[in-house]
Amino acid sequence: MNISRRILLTLAAPVVALIFALAMSSVVLIFSGSNPLEAFADMIGHASRLETMVDILNRATPLYIAGVAVAIGFRMNLFNIGVEGQYLLAALVAAHLGALVNLPGPLRILFILVVAMAVGGAYSGFAGVLKVTRGINEVISTIMLNAIAITGLIAYLIRQWQAGGGIQSGVGRVGTTPIPESGLIPNLNSVLEFFTREIRQGKQLTGVLVVAILVGIGYHVLVNRTRFGFDLRATGINPFAAQVGGVPAKRMVVSAMVLSGAVAGLVGMAEINHVGFFPANPIKGLGFTGIATALLGRNHPAGIILSALIFAFLDVSSGVLQFTGAASREIVVIMQGVIILAAVVAYEVASRARERQEAKSAAEALGDIKPSEEAA
Amino acid sequence: MNFGKLPAWLRWALYAAVGVLVLTIVQRFDETRSLTAAGSSQSMLRWAVPILLAGLGGLFSERAGVINIGLEGMMILGTWFGAWGAVVYGPWWGIVLAVAAGAVGGLLHAIATVTFGVDHVISGVAINILAPGITRFLSSEILTTLPGGSITQSPRVPGVGTFTLPILGGGSIGTWQSPDFFGWLASREIFLISDIASIAKGLVTRISWISLIALLLVPFTAWLLWRTRFGLRLRICGERPQAGEAQGINVYRFKYIGVVISGALSGLAGAFIASPELSGIYLEGQTTGRGFIGLAALIFGNWKPFGVLGGALLFGYPFGIGLRDLDGSASHSLILVNAIGLAAVAIWAATRGKRSDAVLALVLGLGAAAWYLTSDTLPDVWINILPFVIVLIVLVFFAQRLRAPAADGLRYRKGEN
Repeated sequence: MNISRRILLTLAAPVVALIFALAMSSVVLIFSGSNPLEAFADMIGHASRLETMVDILNRATPLYIAGVAVAIGFRMNLFNIGVEGQYLLAALVAAHLGALVNLPGPLRILFILVVAMAVGGAYSGFAGVLKVTRGINEVISTIMLNAIAITGLIAYLIRQWQAGGGIQSGVGRVGTTPIPESGLIPNLNSVLEFFTREIRQGKQLTGVLVVAILVGIGYHVLVNRTRFGFDLRATGINPFAAQVGGVPAKRMVVSAMVLSGAVAGLVGMAEINHVGFFPANPIKGLGFTGIATALLGRNHPAGIILSALIFAFLDVSSGVLQFTGAASREIVVIMQGVIILAAVVAYEVASRARERQEAKSAAEALGDIKPSEEAA
Repeated sequence: MNFGKLPAWLRWALYAAVGVLVLTIVQRFDETRSLTAAGSSQSMLRWAVPILLAGLGGLFSERAGVINIGLEGMMILGTWFGAWGAVVYGPWWGIVLAVAAGAVGGLLHAIATVTFGVDHVISGVAINILAPGITRFLSSEILTTLPGGSITQSPRVPGVGTFTLPILGGGSIGTWQSPDFFGWLASREIFLISDIASIAKGLVTRISWISLIALLLVPFTAWLLWRTRFGLRLRICGERPQAGEAQGINVYRFKYIGVVISGALSGLAGAFIASPELSGIYLEGQTTGRGFIGLAALIFGNWKPFGVLGGALLFGYPFGIGLRDLDGSASHSLILVNAIGLAAVAIWAATRGKRSDAVLALVLGLGAAAWYLTSDTLPDVWINILPFVIVLIVLVFFAQRLRAPAADGLRYRKGEN
C-alpha cells in the first residue's frame, strides 16, 4: 500500500468520527429546539478570539499531559485508568509540600514538579507491583485506587491540611496553604503578546504549557528513540516475542506504570500554578478525558496535541454557549462522548480495512500463492 | 476448619455465622450497639441492592465474554430515567424506563464491542464519559422545567413501596398485625442468637419491592445460567466462543443478549439509587462509583451469582454502618473486625505453606490493630473507602484462586481464531 493511501486511511477515521459527532449533536439540538448552525457558528466564532484561544490552550495543556500519561501505558497494552486519582493526589501533596518548604523560587518550582511526579509515579507503580507480584489486572486495581484516592485520601488530607494554615475563608478560594508567588511557574502572556496583541479580560496563558511541550518531546524521544521505548512497543505488540527477545516483562510493567503515573502527576500543575494552591474543589475528570484524548490521538505525540485541542475547544465552547444562549451548554459533553465512541469504532474499522489491504497486497506480491495456502 | 465437604449454602451460612460471631464479640468489647442492630442490616441491604444488581449485570456480560466497565454509565442513565419516569408517570414506570435506558446503554456497548470489535475497556470508558453528558443535557432540557427540579437534581421521587414479612418481621396480613418473631428474639439479649435475630429482623423489615426482585434475581440467575440451555450457550461465549460457533451457536447474538441484560440490570440499580430507599431524588453524581463496586463484587464473588450477593452484602455493610454512625465509633470497631479478618487470612495462608502471604497478612493485620488501639473514632471518609480497600486486600490474597471466564475481554470475530 502506498504512503498517501495509508495517510488517508489514518486521517479518515478521526474525520469521520468528528463528522458523525457533529451530525449526532445536530440531531439532538434540533430535537431540543435549538439551531445547530447557530450554535456551531457561535462556538467557532468565539474560538477565533485571542482570549478564547488562551482558554483553549490552558485547558489543552493538562489534557495533553493526561493523554500522554495514558498513552505510555497503552503503548504496552497497559490500561492506566488511575490517572484521575494519580493527578489529584499528586497535585494535592505537591501543593502542600511546595508551600511548606523554604526554597528560592526556581528550586521551589522544580521541587513541586518532582514531588508531583514522585507521588503520581508511586501511586501508579503500586498498581504495577500488584500486577506483577499478585496477578491483579491493572484496570481493576487502578479503579479501586482511584476511589481510595479521591473519596478517601484526598478528602481526608485536604481537611487536615486546610486546618493547618490553609485558606479557610473566602468564596471559591478554599484550599491548602498558598505557594509564594516566586514558586509558581510564570505565565506566558508576555511571550504571546510579543507575537500578537495585548491579552484582555485578565486571561493568563499558563506557563505549564512549556512543561507539556517538554513532556511531549520526552515522550516522543523515549518511545521512538530509546531502548526502553523499543522494549515498550515490542511488549505491547507481542509480549511473548518480546520476552523471548530478552525484555524483562515484569520490570517493564512496573516501569511503564511508574512512568505513566509520573507524567499523570503533572496534570494538576496547570491548576496549582494558576490559583497558587490546591483548591478544595479542584477540576476533576481530566484523567478520564485524558483517556479519550489518548484514544483519539492514537497515542501519537502529535496526534494527542490535536485531540487535546479538540477536547479543550469543546470544553471552552460550553461556556461560550452558556454566554450566547444559542444552545444548551451540555451539548458539548455529549459531543465529547460521541466523538470518542465514534472514533474508536472508526479506528477499528480502518485498521481492519488496512489489514485486508495488506493481506491482499501481500498475496499479490507473492504471485500465485494464495493467502489460505500460506496460512496452512 | 475445613468446610470444603459441606454443600455450598451451608458453608456460606457458616461463614456468615462466624462473621456475626466476630461482630458480636467486637461489639461487646467495644460497647457499641450498631454493628448488629436491625437498622444496620437494613441499611446494609439498601446499599447492597444496587451493588448486587450491577454485579449481576456484570455477570451476564462477562459470562458472555464482554467486560463491562460501562456499568457505571448505564447506572447513571438508570438514575436519571428512573427519577424522571417516577416523577412524571409514577414509580413503576420509572423502573421500566430506567431498565430500558440501561438496556440502551448496554446495546451501545454491544454494538461497539461485539459488532465493531472495539476494546471492551475502551468502549466502557467511552460510555462512562457519554452517559453523564446525556443526563446533564436531559436535565438542562427537562428537569429544569419541572417544579422543584434543577440542572443537577430532580423533584422528590416517589417510591414503589415496601413490605414487612409477616410473623418473622411483624408485618401485617390484611388488618391482622402478626407477631414479630425476630424482634422478640432480638430483645431477649441472648449472646449471638439475639444478634443474629436482630440482623435478620433488619433484612425482613420494610424491604422495597425492588430489593425483593434483586434478591430473587440471584437464584434465578444461577438457574438461568447454569441449568438451562440458554445459560450454557451464553457461558460458552465467554469461555470458548469458537467451540460455541462450531456447535452452530450464534455467538454474536448471545453476546448481545448478555450485554443488554447487563445494561438493563445496571439501569434498575440506578433506579433504586434514585428511589426513596436511598435518595428519593435524582442528584448528579449520586452513583459515586457504585457500578465499579458492582464490578468488584463480581470479581470477589468469582463470577458466580451467590458470590456476587456475598460481595454486595460485604461491601454494602460498611456503607450502611457509616450512614448511621455519626460519632465514628462503629466505624472504629470495624477496624478491629478487619484486623481479625486479616489474622484469619494469615492463619489460613500459614496452614497452606504460603509464608510470604502469611507475613503480609500479619503485618497488615497488626497495622490495623495498632490503628485501632491508637485512635478512638474514625473520620467518616475512611468508611467510604473500606469496600475498595477490602477488594484490593481480597485480590492480593486470593487473586490466584479466582477464575474469570476464559475468553473474558477477548475480541471475538466470527470465523477467526
